[in-house]
Amino acid sequence: MSDSHPSFFTRLILALRAFGRILGDAAFAAEVSRLERGERAGPATPTVVEPPRPSLRETPPDSALQLLALLQREGRFVDFLEENVSAYSDAEIGGAARVVHEGCQKVLREYLSIEPARTEVEGARLTLAAGFDAAAVRLTGNVVGQPPFTGTLTHRGWRVIEIRLPRLAEGHDVRVLAPAEVEL
Amino acid sequence: MSEARYAVGIDLGTTHCVMAAVDLAASDRDDVAEGIEAIPQLTAPGSVEDRTMLPSFLYLPHPDELKPADRVLPWGEPPPFVVGELARALGGRTPIRLVASAKSWLCHPGVDRRAAILPVEAPEEVARVSPLQATVRYLTHLRAAWDHQHPDAPLTDQEVVLTVPASFDPAARELTAEAAATAGLTHLVLLEEPQAALYHWILASRGEWRKQVQVGDIILVIDLGGGTADFSLIAVTERDGSLDLVRVAVGDHILLGGDNMDLALAHAVRAKLAAQGTNLDPWQVQALTHGCRAAKETLLGDARAEAVPVVVPSRGSKLIGGTLRTELTRAEVTQNLVEGFFPVVEAAARPASRARAALTKIGLPYAQDAAMPRHLAAFLARQVNATRDLAGFEDRLPEEATFLHPTAVLFNGGVFKAQPLLARTLEVLNGWLDAEGAPPARLLEGADLDLAVARGAAYYGYVRRGRGVRIRGGTAKSFYVGVESAMPAVPGMEPPIEALCIAPFGMEEGTQAELPPQEVGLVVGEPVRFRFFGSSVRRTDHVGEVLEQWAPDEIEELEEIEATLPAQDRQPGEVVPVRLRAAVTEVGTLRLEAVPRAGAESWKVEFDVRGEG
Repeated sequence: MSDSHPSFFTRLILALRAFGRILGDAAFAAEVSRLERGERAGPATPTVVEPPRPSLRETPPDSALQLLALLQREGRFVDFLEENVSAYSDAEIGGAARVVHEGCQKVLREYLSIEPARTEVEGARLTLAAGFDAAAVRLTGNVVGQPPFTGTLTHRGWRVIEIRLPRLAEGHDVRVLAPAEVEL
Repeated sequence: MSEARYAVGIDLGTTHCVMAAVDLAASDRDDVAEGIEAIPQLTAPGSVEDRTMLPSFLYLPHPDELKPADRVLPWGEPPPFVVGELARALGGRTPIRLVASAKSWLCHPGVDRRAAILPVEAPEEVARVSPLQATVRYLTHLRAAWDHQHPDAPLTDQEVVLTVPASFDPAARELTAEAAATAGLTHLVLLEEPQAALYHWILASRGEWRKQVQVGDIILVIDLGGGTADFSLIAVTERDGSLDLVRVAVGDHILLGGDNMDLALAHAVRAKLAAQGTNLDPWQVQALTHGCRAAKETLLGDARAEAVPVVVPSRGSKLIGGTLRTELTRAEVTQNLVEGFFPVVEAAARPASRARAALTKIGLPYAQDAAMPRHLAAFLARQVNATRDLAGFEDRLPEEATFLHPTAVLFNGGVFKAQPLLARTLEVLNGWLDAEGAPPARLLEGADLDLAVARGAAYYGYVRRGRGVRIRGGTAKSFYVGVESAMPAVPGMEPPIEALCIAPFGMEEGTQAELPPQEVGLVVGEPVRFRFFGSSVRRTDHVGEVLEQWAPDEIEELEEIEATLPAQDRQPGEVVPVRLRAAVTEVGTLRLEAVPRAGAESWKVEFDVRGEG
């Protein structure tokens, strides 16, 4: 792995970090916006700006666990995944899947605003100009030559527009995804 | 006090509370800056979310049940109880600690509303609360939510419009106002919910409403919420050359709403499962009710769906093995919901009532007939003369009409989100109109079924300042006290009672009735009770009029009222003649006073006296 050709994983981390900073740091957002439009440091300024070295960071587990707890509460998500499905018929699994689908869908709708990354219909031909957002569009197959690239949309992708997770009490133990229930 | 910046509307519902506001400074005529207020609340232990509705539930947790941090709120010290979404969720699993339908208890004349009686099923060690206290807690939560989001404009300084069912009696209205005062809402006005719904319709039309109705229209408002059905009739008249609205009649208090409907469906499905040999425990029935509500909405929203699966998840972590699967069919919804609650009936139909068993368990007086159109038919028939004396309406209704003919209908309440139920109600009403040769009633569009009452209430707070049309009408009843007639006593017979009118129909806010010439005797130092009556049809009785007899459905007996004359400078036991004077306060509650012959003093006559009895 070299800095000029970061691995996918490194790019993913960078994209996530950039996402956070773009939302929180207007100056950084302006820089990225310039970069995204293809306005690299022009020839008039010969000094080469050293690109920030990608680095790794730990993501705090709180919101992941919080989302998981919501999926469990509304859609019995953890129950479903922890169960051994091979012992049951498709009809039985289907019945349970309705609970999971209905509940988890409710969680997605209520706590996240999600929209397709691309608005075109799947199967449509589309052209990507130079400087397209490589985090939001992944090229596959015969990836050669120079942009603009023309290809078929196989998956529209998903993008989160807004996250509205509940506020948590200080010291709330997010590791308890679902409390045990004891009926007295 | 600083000048109010907002008019705030609060819909204190049986199942949900909603809060809306109009920014007074930013609004001009029909251009109104208004919106729904978010209500932060616990949705899970230790987890707070903003919601547009606050479920009207109160949960009284065991001291070991929740940690203080689990009851955290964005403001202040967390109280030792839970209100809203989490209360409802916890109560689903532990019903003995859940207070629900406090509003229905607040207007239940059979109980002491200041006594700690809720939850009714709670064991000894649970510190119960009174219906009044529960109401105070919901309002206190709403106030804290507002103050948290508007730190520079506390709710106590704002003009607050609190809605009550049109059918609330004077005692229930006074208790509601008392709860609001206890919660710190100092600038308060009460507004009837169906009127609030109509105000919202006016607001939503952005001035166009004048083109959608005309002089001579009679608007029927049908408000079917989670717990109650409420009817009102509002006539469109003319005053000084512009359209005017007059609320001419309100219906009786009927405990019949959307929750009854969901429960009915769940019981039908439970019976089906039981016939297949599967019996559900109470928790599963609740999950089934939830599933049926969703399935019902799908079936009523999509005419092509014939059956919708309903799944009752297992309680344990084994989801696949323990899950029950059944389905709700269109035929079941049609039979139980459409035909059960909205049957096609004649205009002459009346709600069935059966005699109550002598020893009923303490509980809410739910409507005994679930068929909403029969209640509606009875209401319209009773109010057939409601517009006879209204200028411009004298000849509108044919002489032989058996019920009042509405010309337009406004629907309100979550029940009518199901289009087929709305269509059926309109179809039944128009069938009655057609049978009497009257044109069909128009549907007034633009309702916001869940949030209209709160938004309309906030808008009313705005138009009260002279910035739009107001619905007039005053009190929807005339009021009477029972006096024993001067006939010689007959052994074995109760002395016949006469009704002395002390408050005429249609008293406006902030007005006072004249003193009746008749006096009644009060015993100094002892509480004296009077029988108290109201009539929603006797529109022309004057103060001082004495009725010796009346038709059974013309006058209804309300709770007794009570007056106590303090001993002060009189002899205890002395009988002092007083006259009873009625007034309607600025808040919108009825106030009765005992006025002695001499002296300028007067004493308040109490409604809701069961507490001291």
